[in-house]
Amino acid sequence: MLFELQKRLKTFHKGGIHPPDNKLSATARIEEIPLPRSVTIPIYQHIGTPPRVIVERGDTVRVGQVLAIHEGLVSANIHSSVSGKVGKIDRVLDSSGYKHIAINIRVKEDDWLEEIDRSEDLIDDIPYSSKEIIQKVMEAGVVGQGGAAFPSHVKLSIPENRTVDTLIINGVECEPYLTADHRIMLERPYEIFVGTQILMKATGATKAIIAIENNKQDAIQLLSSIADDYPNIDIEALQVQYPQGGERQLIEALLDREVPSGGLPIDVGTIVHNVGTTYSVYQAVQKNQPLIQRVVTVTGPSVSKPSNFMVRIGTSVADLIAAAGGVPEDTGKIINGGPMMGKAIQDLKVPITKATSGILLIPEKETWRSEEYNCVRCGKCIEVCPMGLEPMQLVLLAKGKAADKAEAEHILDCMECGSCSFVCPSNRPILDYIRYGKGQVKKEQIK
Amino acid sequence: MSVSLLTVSPSPHVHEELTIPQVMRGVIYAMLPALMFSIYVFGWDALYVNLIAILSCLLFERLISEHLLGRPATLMDGSAIITGMLLAFNLPASLPWYIVIIGSAVAIGIGKMSFGGLGNNPFNPALVGRVFLLISFPVEMTTWPLTDAFGQVDATSGATILGILKDGLRTGESATVLLEQAPAYLDLFLGLHAGSLGEMSGLALVLGLAYMLYRKIITWHVPLSMIVSIFVLTGIFWLADPQRFADPIFHLLTGGVLLGAIFMATDYVTSPFTQRGMVIFGVGIGVITSLIRLFGSYPEGVSFAILIMNAFVPLINKYTKPKLYGAKAQNHE
Amino acid sequence: MSDVVIYTLLVLVTLGIIAAVILFWVSRRFSVEEDPRREQLMDALPNTNCGGCGFPGCGGFANALLQADDLKPYHCPVGGNEVMKEVSKILGKEVEEKDPFVAIVRCTGSFESRKQTNVYDGAANCTIASELYSGDHGCAYGCVGLGECVDACDFDAMYMDKQTGLPVIIEDKCTACNACVTACPKDIIELWPVGRKHQRIYVACKNEEKSGVARQECAVACTGCAKCFDECTYDAIVVENNLATIDFEKCTLCAKCVIVCDSRSIEADNVPEKSLTKLMDIRAKKLEREKAKRLEEKNSNNEQIKSVSEPPKISRDAI
Repeated sequence: MLFELQKRLKTFHKGGIHPPDNKLSATARIEEIPLPRSVTIPIYQHIGTPPRVIVERGDTVRVGQVLAIHEGLVSANIHSSVSGKVGKIDRVLDSSGYKHIAINIRVKEDDWLEEIDRSEDLIDDIPYSSKEIIQKVMEAGVVGQGGAAFPSHVKLSIPENRTVDTLIINGVECEPYLTADHRIMLERPYEIFVGTQILMKATGATKAIIAIENNKQDAIQLLSSIADDYPNIDIEALQVQYPQGGERQLIEALLDREVPSGGLPIDVGTIVHNVGTTYSVYQAVQKNQPLIQRVVTVTGPSVSKPSNFMVRIGTSVADLIAAAGGVPEDTGKIINGGPMMGKAIQDLKVPITKATSGILLIPEKETWRSEEYNCVRCGKCIEVCPMGLEPMQLVLLAKGKAADKAEAEHILDCMECGSCSFVCPSNRPILDYIRYGKGQVKKEQIK
Repeated sequence: MSVSLLTVSPSPHVHEELTIPQVMRGVIYAMLPALMFSIYVFGWDALYVNLIAILSCLLFERLISEHLLGRPATLMDGSAIITGMLLAFNLPASLPWYIVIIGSAVAIGIGKMSFGGLGNNPFNPALVGRVFLLISFPVEMTTWPLTDAFGQVDATSGATILGILKDGLRTGESATVLLEQAPAYLDLFLGLHAGSLGEMSGLALVLGLAYMLYRKIITWHVPLSMIVSIFVLTGIFWLADPQRFADPIFHLLTGGVLLGAIFMATDYVTSPFTQRGMVIFGVGIGVITSLIRLFGSYPEGVSFAILIMNAFVPLINKYTKPKLYGAKAQNHE
Repeated sequence: MSDVVIYTLLVLVTLGIIAAVILFWVSRRFSVEEDPRREQLMDALPNTNCGGCGFPGCGGFANALLQADDLKPYHCPVGGNEVMKEVSKILGKEVEEKDPFVAIVRCTGSFESRKQTNVYDGAANCTIASELYSGDHGCAYGCVGLGECVDACDFDAMYMDKQTGLPVIIEDKCTACNACVTACPKDIIELWPVGRKHQRIYVACKNEEKSGVARQECAVACTGCAKCFDECTYDAIVVENNLATIDFEKCTLCAKCVIVCDSRSIEADNVPEKSLTKLMDIRAKKLEREKAKRLEEKNSNNEQIKSVSEPPKISRDAI
């Protein structure tokens, strides 16, 4: 067995941790859930400026119709994910923990716009130019589905003085529990390959790598067998290590290039797209389907049926959990996203957005943070930091409100992966205070 | 709905199993083989010294934090117990009880609490206590109960093998001749020689090391770099002049090398952050220990070496900062 | 034996003399010319180094004062007018007299008035909690209750009230150094003039939600109903974004707004209970009068209506 592993699998080299996998829903097929009675679609689902609402209360909308149109350079369209009547347009609590404008739609039938191709047939002919593809992606309101929700058309518009040689498709899914990307690779593999080709055409990349962590053997085998037909798309199996799904870590693991501090992947000739995003790009370009639904994992140690659902944007978390067997008795915390970087939500009415990759229900006994002890200077946080920072020093600087020193120690490079808080034997809230320090630095910069 | 109020907290929402009380408990478990062996060799004396040291450390920690610092004592984190045990490990089993208490007071009061308690002390508290006693009570601290090969305590007292070697070399005897009097390496490793409570059995200490490595409480960097550097340095001198210098294996198996490398130098608080730093730290201890043993007036130098390197830890940390991601020269144009 | 003592003494004395000479030379060689007034200023200033003046500590403030041509914009909130008078004496320049200020908390959403909606489990720091979400209650504008302002206070002038979960400012100790104001992530702490007889009237709420939503979130939230605005005859109240705000420069402390507020969100510091009840009585009487008047009008209207339907009788009386 050992001799079969002739080549050591690639991974990133700075820091990293190995949290338990807990991929409970890895074998659950993607299911559609019954249409909810109403959806609440927040208009602010992406990084950048919020779009402008163009419907009014009482309007009748169809599936795929534009509800809000993008404004400014970094923004994205919002489409109706259901058909029915527009209700209140009001400020509603969303997963950010604050109230933002959202459009409520009472669902009536399932009436799609005609131009959307709902068939399952694969269309692998790409007759569009780079500009046309970016235009289509923009109109479809596609945003990155890995978590940050950065509008994809902005990422695809390569500045003139830059070139992309390698496109990276991120199928790493290093967050414990989540399996949305895993399932989409298993169940929509051909679409992902066509989507990859579309992205290559849009960016001018000559080569693409689909990166998958080694704990998803079935996906690696399936995609590798298809990859034989696509000479310029490689499948790369990677060692399991968190946070390999981070853009910068993935680039280092695959290409041995480091993105400079404060720079973007494009500065080292590559861009990274998530497999979920790739699938949405395929749907947008080949099937005219805007981003109105996505795969969401609903899981947790005591969830009766850990599942992967194809969910319409705006469905409430409550509806989704009901489809997975309801909220277990012992639930103490519900997280939007994975356990490492996800955000705890306070209300089950919170809607699913384009960036929601999973809903994780944590039992009461695992909910609470353990008692805090003095820092014993063990250096574990420094050892695991994938950005090469010194988390414990940053905490001291943040507590002392020394924003200038914290900035000099590159506090803004922190990507909030949470590895430092994860390993800290004293249970110190390291990441909490690093965020605090980042806030101080940003405030100082605005001044 | 079954959920009444949900808990909200910032990410991450999961945590590694290993926390401070577990780490401390793990270290205590790792010290148990050596403790049991010392009881086997020295009888109940060894246990008494340990108990007195642990209890007085706990008491001093509590008194100082509640009455002098005005904050609740954190006895349950287990660090005071470890300090007490480590201090006892560094003492002869026959030490009078009041000296043990003085040592504990110095270890906790000066070594730890005067800097602000757990996590703030630059020097290993147990070693501070031990060195204080060594300087203040040189006779009591270097009087070791003798043991014969079967682990029976002799009524008379004597010096450690290292002490015999040092004295012998000073009077001009040859190292080879002196070493012939020493027990065989296997006996040294198993622990059948005179010495402090905890440094008797290499085997028991190595068992502790294996346990701590398995539990991922410590990494191999400090112990290995320290042991290798002592081996190499003493080895060079032995090859140069075997008449004047003892061989490296003898140096490793005697005195506090293993105890220091496994339990003292690996203390989280007083060792460097990064693995690179830990290697520098370990090599530094190894070099200083060898120099004291080979050329110094004291027969043993592990305690001093660790304390000296403790003082260098902030400097080591400063020069072994991790490299920032993105700082690497770009290979892409 | 005595030799040893003598030699030791000699060596030490020589060493001491050499060191003294070196120190003397160094202090001469590297002495820095300093404005003698700086030392005087430092003696006059309170030396709390709180930064309330906007400069890094009292030393920074002294440097700024020495360089300034016009002292009017400079003020030490801790020392107040007395210290500034001293400064004016030292520097021989005019200073502006300023009213003393004190910090106020513009939130009264206690545990009772705000329903808890979740449990917070994270670092006990308001900024960290408010970056995560709006708080463990519905109101996104109100106090988070983790006491970052209290931690920021250098003068022990604040504490967290365990009953209400809100910070309380001890007026006598507050120096208006601004530390709590900048510490609060929700901006609910403001500096107000201490006021006549230490009386201050302000809207203790910053909630900008619409009335229904605000009420739902907090029982004492300002709903923006503008009753206080209607009552105020001095134009001291502005209602913007569903929130009333009092301008302390225009407020005459008449306290009429306090008693008209249905949600009790206008706070009256140190206004005697008696004068408030008096105002209440006056208002009650006024309301009664108005009610009576309305009833009369209604009756008269009814009569008028009747009079329309019935043949006019009044005309004769009128004549």
